Amino acid sequence: MYKILEAKELTANIFYMVVEAGRVAKNCQPGQFVIVRSDDFAERIPLTICDYDREKETVTIVFQIVGAATHQMALLKAGDSFSDLVGPLGCASEFVSEDPETLKRKKMLFVAGGVGTAPVYPQVKWLHNHGIAADVIVGAKTKELLILEDEMKAVAGNLYVTTDDGSYGRSGMVTQTISDLVKEGHHYDVCVAIGPMIMMKFVCKLTKELEIPTIVSLNPIMVDGTGMCGACRVTVGGKVKFACVDGPEFDGHLVNFDEAMQRQQIYKTEEGRAFLKAKEKDTHHGGCGNCGGSD
Amino acid sequence: MDVLKKVPVREQDAKVRAANFDEVCLGYNKQEAMEEAARCINCKNAQCIKGCPVAIDIPGFIEKVKEGDIESAYQVISKASSLPAVCGRVCPQESQCEGKCIRGIKGDPISIGKLERFVADWAGENQIRPEGADEKNGKKVAVIGSGPAGLSCAGDLAKMGYEVTIFEALHEPGGVLVYGIPEFRLPKSAVVAREIENVKSLGVKIETNVVVGKSVTIDELLTEEGFDAVFIGSGAGLPKFMGIPGEQANGVFSANEYLTRSNLMKAFDMQSSTPIMRGKKVAVVGGGNVAMDAARTALRLGGEVHIVYRRSEEELPARVEEVHHAREEGIIFDLLTNPVEILADEKGWVTGMKCIRMELGEPDASGRRRPVEIPGSEFVIEADTVIMSLGTSPNPLISSTTEGLEVNKWKCIVADEIQGKTSREGVYAGGDAVTGAATVILAMGAGRAGAKGIDEYLKNKEQNK
Repeated sequence: MYKILEAKELTANIFYMVVEAGRVAKNCQPGQFVIVRSDDFAERIPLTICDYDREKETVTIVFQIVGAATHQMALLKAGDSFSDLVGPLGCASEFVSEDPETLKRKKMLFVAGGVGTAPVYPQVKWLHNHGIAADVIVGAKTKELLILEDEMKAVAGNLYVTTDDGSYGRSGMVTQTISDLVKEGHHYDVCVAIGPMIMMKFVCKLTKELEIPTIVSLNPIMVDGTGMCGACRVTVGGKVKFACVDGPEFDGHLVNFDEAMQRQQIYKTEEGRAFLKAKEKDTHHGGCGNCGGSD
Repeated sequence: MDVLKKVPVREQDAKVRAANFDEVCLGYNKQEAMEEAARCINCKNAQCIKGCPVAIDIPGFIEKVKEGDIESAYQVISKASSLPAVCGRVCPQESQCEGKCIRGIKGDPISIGKLERFVADWAGENQIRPEGADEKNGKKVAVIGSGPAGLSCAGDLAKMGYEVTIFEALHEPGGVLVYGIPEFRLPKSAVVAREIENVKSLGVKIETNVVVGKSVTIDELLTEEGFDAVFIGSGAGLPKFMGIPGEQANGVFSANEYLTRSNLMKAFDMQSSTPIMRGKKVAVVGGGNVAMDAARTALRLGGEVHIVYRRSEEELPARVEEVHHAREEGIIFDLLTNPVEILADEKGWVTGMKCIRMELGEPDASGRRRPVEIPGSEFVIEADTVIMSLGTSPNPLISSTTEGLEVNKWKCIVADEIQGKTSREGVYAGGDAVTGAATVILAMGAGRAGAKGIDEYLKNKEQNK
């Protein structure tokens, strides 16, 4: 069992939890992820690590409710436990193994969208701890959905917040801010974009035009997360890659986003049904299309 | 009673079982088992033992069954095997012990597998546990993976007095026995969980949710965590795909994914929140045991299921019994057929599979006749789900994080057959991680070999101190 030490709702449907996980905290690096399960019947949910504390042997996860399993996870409080937490999985961000001097000369831009702000944070923090100030753009639909602003401010070089509806910070999509910054004379050697697939697709389209190499972190459907099932396969540069062992970070200019987005839909209907079942609990008498109302 | 004929084993009716996940074969009762055991002529130079990868004293345990002393029969088996209830169910006995049985020359060989299964189940029901070591020797061994190789290695080492910890990547121990082989062939709680409890009762610790190579490295195990030796039984690895157009369409799965959803995640159980495609028309590509398992699972989830295999019946790599069961349940075999493209609708969902007919040509390197395409014979199989069961390629997690661990050109870990010794001192390996995908019993044999190798290594080290 993996005890939850802290649990809070950051904003509507986005939750933040600090969990005891000694082995993960000891060996994890920015860019890697974990898989959690709240109980014996729950799905295995992959989540990028948001923060870690090697001394206290904890990892921090941030997740958004999207289906039955995450809905169940959100009900957990401090003092409760996850029945399973495994990791760190996937490869660390490339910059972690880069020569520190070369890295210091690079100007990096991070682009975070929505709940994608959580996986961007440990990367920017790592750089900050190594004396590198990276610029960060954080995009949210509206002011209320913005997360981890103070935390990010503490570790970023320049932080640019933009909301789709203009309710806070700049107005418009993250791509608008990227264009503006470049027009204002900022130069970037590399961009790291993490957020909804559609956001990453359009950031990559833009940075390709701007000739800024771009890394994205993919979060496709996964089951085991160790390379065994192949559910997370994505096409990168015409080759099939498994996000769990080859990724989750890839060269964004080579990712086939349209295919990846299509594959994310696979379980949309079934997942919706499972969600309905969780919502209706013992009043559930069919209607989910799954059980015929007999249980 | 005709001594040339084996005592038939009871099975669930094909029509009934096609709609449930309960075990197909019901096994012998004590009377049937004793009757079958009486057919054994107790050969002095028993060929059956030579056919067994873990060398169970087969005539020895059958003799005890004949006498009705099932407890003693169990102790004879468990000297050599840590998982008899599993092996009695999934071993390819026809090509191993039973294949060598003298009785088989003139009539049916002794049903060794069914007898082993009966003995193990009886022991389980009567809470008989294997006998462990009298005292511990103070040496620690780490075993990576809790599948057949890891469990048998751990079981043997524990019996020799070693302190063994198994590290399992998934949330449940058992490896392929849990995620791969379906409930109807190998019941999880009644059989697999009980066998794992038996291994634990020998003193073996199992730590789940540890991905060696990520959560901890082999070097850390050998230094920081104080293990004296390591056995790698991490299993087969990454599923292969064909590389044909349309393979990324929605509704195309690897057999590993499909079976993991159903077996490990219990998607067929309504309490589970893991979804699985309940395909109406399912095409399973491949002809091995895993393909049969995937096909029979899809059938139980309500689909019309086709096995699509490029060679003919004779070359099907699956066990005869599995093919027979699949046919009985209504699986349709499209043999000498090879997929060339997966067709999808505008939303990317599978609608069918374009295939081409094949004929057999000259024998290839494997000795089997090479399938050759018949030009112009393309046709479409309608399907909403396609399951690729084409085997696996090795997982790089351990080899890429363990310096000095030699791998071959297929990226399998190099280990000698007799002792499982790798290129790294104190590191042994066996099972699918070494051989590529094979059978449960071969992995168990490799686990035993590894245990022997580790024992010898640590004893020598002690002596040379």
